Amino acid sequence: MADALDAAACTTWVREFARLVHEQRDALTQLDAAIGDADHGSNLDRGLTAAVSALDAASPASPAAVLAMVATTLIRTVGGASGPLYGTFFLRAAGALDGGDRAALAAALRAGLDGVASRGKAAPGDKTMLDALSPACDALDEALAQGRPLDEALRAAAEAAARGRDATVPMVARKGRASYLGERSAGHQDPGATSAALLVEAAATALAGRG
Amino acid sequence: MPVGLVVVSHSRALADAAVELARGMLPGRDLAVEVAAGDIDGGLGTDATAIAEAMTAADSGDGVVVLMDLGSAVLSAETALDLLDDDARARVVLSPAPFVEGLVGAVVTAAAGASRAQVAAEALRGSAPKQAHLSGGPADGTG
Repeated sequence: MADALDAAACTTWVREFARLVHEQRDALTQLDAAIGDADHGSNLDRGLTAAVSALDAASPASPAAVLAMVATTLIRTVGGASGPLYGTFFLRAAGALDGGDRAALAAALRAGLDGVASRGKAAPGDKTMLDALSPACDALDEALAQGRPLDEALRAAAEAAARGRDATVPMVARKGRASYLGERSAGHQDPGATSAALLVEAAATALAGRG
Repeated sequence: MPVGLVVVSHSRALADAAVELARGMLPGRDLAVEVAAGDIDGGLGTDATAIAEAMTAADSGDGVVVLMDLGSAVLSAETALDLLDDDARARVVLSPAPFVEGLVGAVVTAAAGASRAQVAAEALRGSAPKQAHLSGGPADGTG
């Protein structure tokens, strides 16, 4: 069985994330129009389209090099806050990636999560990306600790991310543009948590059948 | 060499105008003020790689003070620090000062040859004259 995370698998993951974001670009932007500055879908779509082009052109040899290239491309091309946030996620994940097995994948995702938390100075409950990423990492770690196969563990992570995304609806935003709205941000699903759930969903789809 | 300044904004027009306003305080004197503003297509946004390049360009050895507008400008400036080597990063101060007032204070202080810490402190004090002027009067917004 292939390693969970070789360069090809990482590229497939990023490509699937890009496909999902492109497909839901307008929905993401609409969510951002309600509580932000109405650019999340278009910014992230532009960044991920550029990232896929960069990967196609350079074909980095290692999974860490794939993630690092995605990071620098997002940092350069997204424009909004999701650029440095997702850029930091991929940069820290690349830096933490040691080997290509299931434990290395879980550790890399956890390092990416910690990077987003420190970059955004946010915590779960603040109505951000972390509300999807944090329960996803917890679910992945728990499933792997129980010895469940990677497929099932990533599916559990994707489901946890989706629940976390849904749980942002009643929250009052404490970070980013939405925090300017205060109590008026409640009742809207967070766009960052929504795209972060797509990132985990993409991993579950792209890495199925590995490790 | 004086401390360099970097101006980070979502908008190239906003950054250029703020720099023009601040440079008005320096007739006949030059100062390294680098702008990193707008996204890669010239729209509203910030780019951490461009900010890192501006930090490098503005640093002539005595370091850099960075003024930012809001939101992703702050996150991108912090991310830019990750892209510098340790020595260069140690010479950069990200200022929490208000964008326009802070820049004016920083430009004047930097051109006078002050240290990085002094420039950053003066930037942070930038809105004090406005607050002093408007406080206590009938139109201070608190009554």
